[in-house]
Amino acid sequence: MTETLLDIRGISKSFGALKASDDVALDLKQGEIHALIGPNGAGKSTLIAQIAGSLRPDSGEVWLEGRNVTHKDTVARAKAGLGRTFQISSLAMEDTVLQNAVLGALGARHRVPGFWRPVMRDGDLRASAMQALEKVGLEEFAHFRTADLSHGQRRQLEVAVALTLKPHVFLMDEPMAGLGADGSAILVEFLRNLKSSAPILLVEHDMDAVFQLADRISVLVYGRIIATGAPDEIRANAQVREAYLGEEDAE
Amino acid sequence: MDLVLLIEQLLNGLQFGVMLFLMAAGLTLIFGVMGLINLAHGSLYMIGAFAAAAVASATGSFILALIASLAAAAIAGVIVEMVVIRRLYDRDHLDQVLATFALILIFSEGTRWVFGSFPLYLDVPSALSGAVELPFGISYPAYRLAIIGIGLVVAFGLFLLITRTRIGMRIRAGESDREMIAALGVNIAVLYTAIFALGAALAGFAGALVGAIQSVQVGMGEPVLILAFVTIVIGGIGSIRGAFVGALLVGLTDTMGRVLLPVLFGAFMNPSAAMAIGSALASMSIYILMAAILLFKPTGLYGSA
Amino acid sequence: MQRETLINTVLTLGLLAVPLAAWAMDEPYTITLATKVVIFALAGVGLNLALGLGGLVSLGHAMFFGIGGYAAGILASHAQSYEPIMEWPFLIEGTQSMPVIWVMAIVVSALVALATGALSLRTSGVYFIMITLAFGQMFYYFTISWPAYGGEDGLSIYVRDRFPGLNTLDPLHFFGLCFALLMLGLFIVARISRSGFGLALNAARQNEARVRAVGIEPYRLRLIAFVISGAITGLAGALYADLNRFVSPVMFSWQTSGEIMIFVILGGVARLFGPVAGAALFIILEEVLGGVSDYWHIYLGALLLIVVLFARGGLIGVLAGRNGGGGHD
Repeated sequence: MTETLLDIRGISKSFGALKASDDVALDLKQGEIHALIGPNGAGKSTLIAQIAGSLRPDSGEVWLEGRNVTHKDTVARAKAGLGRTFQISSLAMEDTVLQNAVLGALGARHRVPGFWRPVMRDGDLRASAMQALEKVGLEEFAHFRTADLSHGQRRQLEVAVALTLKPHVFLMDEPMAGLGADGSAILVEFLRNLKSSAPILLVEHDMDAVFQLADRISVLVYGRIIATGAPDEIRANAQVREAYLGEEDAE
Repeated sequence: MDLVLLIEQLLNGLQFGVMLFLMAAGLTLIFGVMGLINLAHGSLYMIGAFAAAAVASATGSFILALIASLAAAAIAGVIVEMVVIRRLYDRDHLDQVLATFALILIFSEGTRWVFGSFPLYLDVPSALSGAVELPFGISYPAYRLAIIGIGLVVAFGLFLLITRTRIGMRIRAGESDREMIAALGVNIAVLYTAIFALGAALAGFAGALVGAIQSVQVGMGEPVLILAFVTIVIGGIGSIRGAFVGALLVGLTDTMGRVLLPVLFGAFMNPSAAMAIGSALASMSIYILMAAILLFKPTGLYGSA
Repeated sequence: MQRETLINTVLTLGLLAVPLAAWAMDEPYTITLATKVVIFALAGVGLNLALGLGGLVSLGHAMFFGIGGYAAGILASHAQSYEPIMEWPFLIEGTQSMPVIWVMAIVVSALVALATGALSLRTSGVYFIMITLAFGQMFYYFTISWPAYGGEDGLSIYVRDRFPGLNTLDPLHFFGLCFALLMLGLFIVARISRSGFGLALNAARQNEARVRAVGIEPYRLRLIAFVISGAITGLAGALYADLNRFVSPVMFSWQTSGEIMIFVILGGVARLFGPVAGAALFIILEEVLGGVSDYWHIYLGALLLIVVLFARGGLIGVLAGRNGGGGHD
C-alpha cells in the first residue's frame, strides 16, 4: 500500500472577488512525482504559499504525514519535513555556496543554533552540506560567493539546500525555470532518482520535463483543479487541451 | 479638577495634534509614495520657523512671515530632494537614515552658524493676541484656536487633493505602481520633487505656527519629528487618514496625560510624589500608547500589511 | 580578508600605542581621548551585532548606553550617600565596585532590550527604525522628568568607581580596563558571527524566507541578537559614566543613537573592527575640526553624506576592498 504523505483537502482562498484557490484537493504519495501545471494566473503561487505555510487558506486543510498542519507556520512545516525550493532563488547571496548548504543542515537539527562554536568547522554539518552539493553537482563551487553563481547554478543550490533538510516531502516551485535544455535534462534525471527518497510535488512550466517525469499530473485553471491523472490521460483530456495546452499550441 | 480646565487642556491637545498632523502628513506621504524615511523632516520644520521669525522681525507682518515659512521650506525641500534625496530612493533604509541624519547635522549647524545659538522669538499677530470667550465661561487664546482652524483646513485640503484631483490620483498611483505612472506619461522625477516640496512646506508652515507659541531655536525640529514618527507608526505608515487619527491621539494623550496623571496619583499619594510619578509617566504615555497599539496591530491602525 | 586582518592589527596596536606614548609624554588628555575612542567603539560593537550582522537598523541604542550610564550613576550615588536603593522586599545597596556595576548595566540593558525588542521586532523596515527611535526618546523624557536622580541636570559620580587591584583614577589604568573590555566584546562578537547562530542571523538579514524554509525562526534569532547587542552597548554606557564621572539624559538622546550608528558606518558596517575605526575617526575629526570651527558638525555631516552616497564600505571598506559580510571563512 502506498502511503499519502501530503494531502491537500479542499482548500479555498479568495482575495476580494477573486477566487485564487477554489476547493483544491491534491495529494502526494510515497515515491511519486506529482506535477501541478496551469496557465499563468491559474493560482499556482497562491496554492504553493498555502502548502508551504506562508498563507492561510480561508477553508480546507493541509495534512502532512498524517498530521493536520493547516495552522502551522512555515517554520513548523519545515521542521515537520516539508522541503521547498523557491521559484525565484531565495538564498543568502553574500554567503558562500557552502554556507547556504550548511544553513540548511543547521535547520535540520531542529534547535536554536549555537553561539560559540565556529559553524563552518562543524564536521557533521559540513559533511551533510557537501553531500547535498555533490548530489546536485556543485561541490566544486562550494567556496564561491552565491552571488557569483550562474542562474542555473543557483537553481541547483536551491535544490541542494532542500536536500540538506532530509525532508519527507519536496515542494518544488519551477526548479527548471531558466535552466536551458542541458540543465533541464540533468535536473530531470536527478529528480527521477530523488523521488524514491521522498515524493515531489512539482510545479513546473517546462512541459517536456513534466511529461517525462510526472507519475501524475494535476491541471489548475482559475483556481480549480480541472483534471488529475497519468500523463497520457492528461494529454488526451479534451478539457485540458482546450483550457490549457491549446493555448500553448496557438503561441 | 474642574471642567473649564479640562476643556482648555482638550483644546491644547487638539492644537498639538493638529500641528503634529502637518508634520506627519508630509512624512507619511513621502514614505508612501517614494518609500523614503526622512529624518531631516524636522530640519524643514526648523527652517520654516527661522524664515518666519526673520521675515517677521524685518517686516512686522505675520502673514508675510507665514508665506516666507512656506516658501523657504519648500525651496529647501526642492534643493535637498534634487541634490541628495533622489539618490536615496533606491537605497535601503539604513542609507536613507544615515544620509538624512547627515542632513540634520548640516542644517542644524548651518542654522546655528547663520542665526547664532540664541533662540529667536516670533510674536503672535496682534489681531490674534487676545483670548476668545467660549461657552461655559471658558476663555481660550485666539491664536491657538486659529491654529486649530488652520490645521483642520489644511487637513481637509489635503484630503481633497489626494482623493479628488488629478495630482492626487497620480500620487496614489505612484504609491501603488511606479511603472504604471511612468507609462501614463507623468514625469516621475518632477512628481517626486513636488511631493517632497509639499511635505516640506507643510513642515515649515507648522514650524512657523508653533514658533509663535514656543521659541524658535536650533534643534526644535527633532522632538517634533520623533513625535511625528510615533504618530505615523500608530496611524499606519503611508496613510493620510492614519496620520490624522494618530496625530490627534498623540496630541490628546500627551496633553491630557500631563494634566490628569499627577491628579490621578494625587488621589492616593502625597502631592510631591504624585507630581513626580505622574509627570514621569505622562512623559512616557504616548510611547506606551504606541506600544499598546503595536501589540494588537503591528502595522498601525490604518496600515496595510 | 588578509588585508582586513592586517588593518585590524594595526588599529589595535595603534589604539594601545597612543595612550602609552601620551603617558610617556605626560599628556593625560590624550589618554582620556583614547579611552573615549575605546568606549565609543564598544558601544558601536554592540550596535554592529544587531545592525551589521542582523540588519536591524536600531536608532534607539542610546537607550542602552543611557541605561548603562545610569546604572553606574545610580549605584554610585547611593554608595556616596549611604542610602540603600531599596530596603523592601530585599535590600539593595549602592556600590562603587565596577564589576558589580557592569553586571547591573548588562543585566538591565538586556532586560530592556528584551522588552523593547520583543515589541519592535514584530515589525520591520521603517517601522522598526521609528519604534526604536521612539523608545529611546521615551527613556530620554523619563529621565528628564524623574526628579529622584537629578532630572535634567544629571548625576555626578564624585569619585570614579573602583576596580580591585587597579587605581582607576590613573587614566592609564582606566584606559587599560576599558581596552580589555573592548577586546572581550570584539572577541565575543567575532565568535558569535562565526557560529551557527551568526550564520543564521546573517542569512535572515539577506533572505528571511530562506531561513524560515529551513525551519529556523528569524524573530527569535533577531531578538537574541538585539538583547546581546543592547547588553554590550549598555556596558559601554557604564564605562562612559565613569570616564566623565557624570551621567545626564543626553546619554539617552536621539543624537547619541545617531552617533553610535555613525561609529559603525564610518568604520564600515559588518566589519568586526568597523566601530573601532569609526570611533577613532570620529574623535579625531572632533578634535581636529572642532579646533578649526565651532560648527564642525557641518563637516561631519558632509563626510557622512559622502560615505553613504559614494563609499559604502566605510573606512575599512576603502582600505581593505570589497567583501564585508559576516566574517565566515
